[in-house]
Amino acid sequence: MTYSSDAQADTMITLDHVEKWYGAFKALHDISMSVRQGEKIVLCGPSGSGKSTLIRCINYLEPHQKGEIRVDGILLGHQAKAIDAIRREVGMVFQQFNLFPHLTVLENCMLAPMRALGLSKAAAEDRARGLLERVKIAEQAAKYPAQLSGGQQQRVAIARALCMQPKVMLFDEPTSALDPEMVKEVLDTMIGLAEDGMTMICVTHEMGFARQVADRVIFMAEGAIVEQAPPAEFFSNPRHERTRKFLGEILNH
Amino acid sequence: MNYQLDFTPVIDGLPNLLLGCLGTFLLAVCGMLLAIVIGIGGVILRTSKIKAARWAMIGFVELIRNTPFLVQIFFLYFALPLAGLRLDPTPTAIIALGINGGAYAIEIIRGGVQSISKGQIEAGLALGLHRAQVFRFIVLKPALRAIFPSLTSQFVLLTLSTSIASAISAYELTSVSQRIESESFRSFEVYFTVTAFYLVISWLMMRLFGLFSSRYFAYPVK
Repeated sequence: MTYSSDAQADTMITLDHVEKWYGAFKALHDISMSVRQGEKIVLCGPSGSGKSTLIRCINYLEPHQKGEIRVDGILLGHQAKAIDAIRREVGMVFQQFNLFPHLTVLENCMLAPMRALGLSKAAAEDRARGLLERVKIAEQAAKYPAQLSGGQQQRVAIARALCMQPKVMLFDEPTSALDPEMVKEVLDTMIGLAEDGMTMICVTHEMGFARQVADRVIFMAEGAIVEQAPPAEFFSNPRHERTRKFLGEILNH
Repeated sequence: MNYQLDFTPVIDGLPNLLLGCLGTFLLAVCGMLLAIVIGIGGVILRTSKIKAARWAMIGFVELIRNTPFLVQIFFLYFALPLAGLRLDPTPTAIIALGINGGAYAIEIIRGGVQSISKGQIEAGLALGLHRAQVFRFIVLKPALRAIFPSLTSQFVLLTLSTSIASAISAYELTSVSQRIESESFRSFEVYFTVTAFYLVISWLMMRLFGLFSSRYFAYPVK
């Protein structure tokens, strides 16, 4: 399998020589990659390796300083219009869920479709209920986030992102803040989403998930992509010393 | 001491005093509404990307918080006509109360806005909402909830500051009582009663704020 950075008809995301600094600190070094429509990518690497920063650049939560990012053909410049367009197509799930505490589960899901897409209340509610059903949490629609467990909150966060009908989903360590017994329900939801053909980039240390779902695992260290391969190859035959060391640390604990 | 208490003038003046209470209450409520508008608008400017707006708000807050309210109210009362705006004492007092309360509210509400985690804002932005929408639909309510106790005590203070509006003879409790006192010379009786009335008004305000808070901020938090 080759990963060409040339524009292809089914390319969903392209990063071309992307660089990012925080002041004098260079957080991303010359990142080039592309993600095909429907492809599932798992991004892993030690903390501080820039994997979260990378996906946060894709929806401009972090501005990059050099290089080009394209999502579904839209060039992510620094002008508001492109940023809006891309954010409507890219959903994001956060480590800390970030549900809105003053809104019910249902209202959390309805807010953006109504305000950003201009859906009517009825249409937004229909859509929200459908997606809450899909993440198997429809019966909690009237509750507030603080009344739910971590796993339930994260599933609501996934449904909330899906309510925008995004073409891409970004997951930023979605299970890292969860108690162990709740990890599975969230991963199952993500696996379901993957099976339905969603384009996904997941920053995660859940290597079981990577084996089962990923088309490609990308390993990052110190702000650069060290290596990338399909999971079978990545886990059985890592080429770089850095990767071997990392895998040794997370797989044998 | 053989001072004879005589509440007759107070009792005779009771209808006027109660109207005065109503005046104080209305002055306070209108002042607060204006203060809330100035407070929220001020926070938006104070935290905006435009440097001039931020500095204008810093200047405004410093000016209001470091000058006496009595002087502010005189200034408005005598300066506005020079600018061609001739207002009655009561509307002038409302504007003065709104501006004064607003300046304090800006700093209080700003504290609330800063207490909202960055993740909330990012979640809103990632969902495709604009900054203004994020502020209005995501940040504002939890921010107000966080600082509501401080805002309540600031607004009780504003309620009591309405008495200073008697200096420009706005219609409120203190000016009514001054009139009764100057006609009857029953200073102690009048101000004893008025003190009790202010206590009741303050208590009523706190109850109203408590009621509002328990309705509007009813959502549970961890």
